[in-house]
Amino acid sequence: MANVPGAPVSSSAASLDLETDVLILGGGPAGTWAAIAAATAGARTILADKGFCGTSGATAASGTTLWYIDPDPAKRAAAKASREGLGGHLADHGWMDRVLDRTHAAVGQLADWGYPFPRDADGRERRVSVQGPEYMRLMRRRVKQAGVTILDHCPALELLVDDGGAVAGAVGLQRQKGGRWTVRAKAVVIATGGCAFLSKALGCNVLTGDGLLMAAEAGADLSGMEFSNAYAIAPAFGSVTKTLLYQWASFTRADGEPIPGAASKGGRSVIARVLTTEPVYARLDRAEPELWAAMRQAQPNFFLPFDRVGVDPFTQRFPVTLRLEGTVRGTGGLRLVDGTCATAVPGLFAAGDAATRESICGGFTGGGSHNAAWAMSTGHWAGLGAADHARALGNGIRTLRRAGGAGLQDRPRGGAAIDAGGLTRAVQAEVFPYDINYFRTEEGLTGSLARLDRLWADAAGAMPASADTVLRVREAAAMLATARWMYRSALARTESRGMHRRIDHAALDPAQRHLLTVGGLDEVHVSTRPAPVRADRAETGRELAA
Amino acid sequence: MIELISPARCTGCNICVSVCPMDVFQPTGGGRAEGAAPVIARQSDCQTCFLCEAHCPDDALYVAPDAETVTGITEEAVAAAGLFGSYRRAIGWTAAHRENRSADQTFRLLAPH
Ligand SMILES: Cc1cc2nc3c(=O)[nH]c(=O)nc-3n(C[C@H](O)[C@H](O)[C@H](O)COP(=O)(O)OP(=O)(O)OC[C@H]3O[C@@H](n4cnc5c(N)ncnc54)[C@H](O)[C@@H]3O)c2cc1C
Ligand code: SF4
Ligand code: SF4
Repeated sequence: MANVPGAPVSSSAASLDLETDVLILGGGPAGTWAAIAAATAGARTILADKGFCGTSGATAASGTTLWYIDPDPAKRAAAKASREGLGGHLADHGWMDRVLDRTHAAVGQLADWGYPFPRDADGRERRVSVQGPEYMRLMRRRVKQAGVTILDHCPALELLVDDGGAVAGAVGLQRQKGGRWTVRAKAVVIATGGCAFLSKALGCNVLTGDGLLMAAEAGADLSGMEFSNAYAIAPAFGSVTKTLLYQWASFTRADGEPIPGAASKGGRSVIARVLTTEPVYARLDRAEPELWAAMRQAQPNFFLPFDRVGVDPFTQRFPVTLRLEGTVRGTGGLRLVDGTCATAVPGLFAAGDAATRESICGGFTGGGSHNAAWAMSTGHWAGLGAADHARALGNGIRTLRRAGGAGLQDRPRGGAAIDAGGLTRAVQAEVFPYDINYFRTEEGLTGSLARLDRLWADAAGAMPASADTVLRVREAAAMLATARWMYRSALARTESRGMHRRIDHAALDPAQRHLLTVGGLDEVHVSTRPAPVRADRAETGRELAA
Repeated sequence: MIELISPARCTGCNICVSVCPMDVFQPTGGGRAEGAAPVIARQSDCQTCFLCEAHCPDDALYVAPDAETVTGITEEAVAAAGLFGSYRRAIGWTAAHRENRSADQTFRLLAPH
């Protein structure tokens, strides 16, 4: 369907045309918490998901540990301190406190709603983790009970904006029912998750950075996109990138020779190095047999691949790989401007992996609980913020236009339409290789960016995609845009901090304890903002440079 | 990757069509009314997330762990290995295995806070 740049919205172009107060894009933890908060605050709320709200996204398939810490000052202080150094001292004391409080309340709510938390030997309920299918099935039920309209299999393609540039809804595809949908909304929450570049990491192939692209087209900017190279261990043949249990693994070469320094935590780069030239094998032989049953009960999905191919991971070696999870277990995303999770664009809010998590974990998340806490907390606040915004906006008539670019708009001198498969492979060839993305150098990043910029110039000038290719085309464009924000930011940070590792700048540079804002589509621009007061020094006021 | 739907087990409820995040399945004409099984229409889009298995009420489909290749495993082999419904049992989503819903032992594996 052709669209002239900035064309007004005509309802005839869409087969489903709705109007609401709050529109949530994405139905993972962030989107479902947002929907419940908005609807409970009295806003008419619609949630649209690319897949199915309840199974789609990283959490539904994977399950997560939770940053659930009792409100005991010593425990809270220890929880915050434990990740400060790993994150490169970029986290924000105030945000951490808010998220810890909010997560504690949200997890309590889950328990009240009947989430079957396990009990320990003393009969005490333990709330430090959730199973993905169980958690997200419950969230879907609660979203419906809150009166939210759910549009499953309805990926958003682009945002709608009003004359003043405020976000006013979205347009998408009804991929099972056919045709388009248009939702006019007073506020929109982007909860579309991170970007894992179709790497087949567990549950991640719906996560192609769509929300980042849509938001950037409406004028939003991002932050922390250099912290976007999370790689997770998986059996070489499989998708299950659950890494917790690899703390009990030993890693070996084909001949059985141990690989010095290889480990899931603190030695993953060693695995990446060896994998560039030869296979790496793992065996969970450092786990005492007494623990085996508990490990199975903790992570049933971890064992699916092994049980199905007949490998006993405790006693037999199996080949492993590292799959790119990109920003999903990275930390970069849309920049938030305040505690309501508003972005730089009026009417547009962001939550979960789509929003930068630097405020609570700086430049590193890897495994472990912060991400889930961030999704629950920011989802809740973004839902409330969007509901407030909608209420304040009132019922004035607005003229809307479509904000989408690459793959959607007619171009005066339009080139060929985008080949989604070809573009996807070209982007993957830049972001998957360990020697470009894991081990970063100026040379590698510059070469990659030159190719990515050329791809963008072609994509931006391409003819609009046909109805049956437009989803894949927009996904490819979003991954391309994401890759360019990642590598521009990575080039600008001439040091190693958090998960961002520069081979040519191997040390942390105290003078670069700042945050990087990145944005723009045809031209990508990076600027620095001061980092918050160091969380571990906030109370004493001993703010230092590093 | 999703490997097969057992026509003998499937009741044509089309739940898998709805819940698959990658829209891999396609309902066939009859659907629930005639008990016709959906087809695996877009196999290469499968992300090997196992969630269709978790949600299938009749343990009628099988996802092989191989993310990149089709193994071609037969229904007989899946049945013989006892793999139909094995994920659903592990997470406690069958009547006989309810206790597994609250069996998560992650708290024992995490460093104490
Ligand atoms: C293997 C693995 C293990 C993990 N383990 C942990 C852990 O132990 N602890 C922890 O804290 N975190 C963990 N994480 C991270 C955690 O899963 C994510 O941080 C969390 O899922 C983020 O929630 P979200 O709602 O932002 O995104 P998601 O859960 O990814 O949901 C995003 C949703 O947006 C939808 N969507 C995407 N594009 C569109 C579009 N164009 N239109 C409409 N909808 C769209 C998707 O379909 C999806 O439903 C893990 C991740 C993985 C992959
Ligand atoms: S969910 Fe199971 S029973 Fe229902 S249609 Fe799919 S395969 Fe058949
Ligand atoms: S494994 Fe996941 S992606 Fe594949 S068919 Fe089943 S639900 Fe769909």
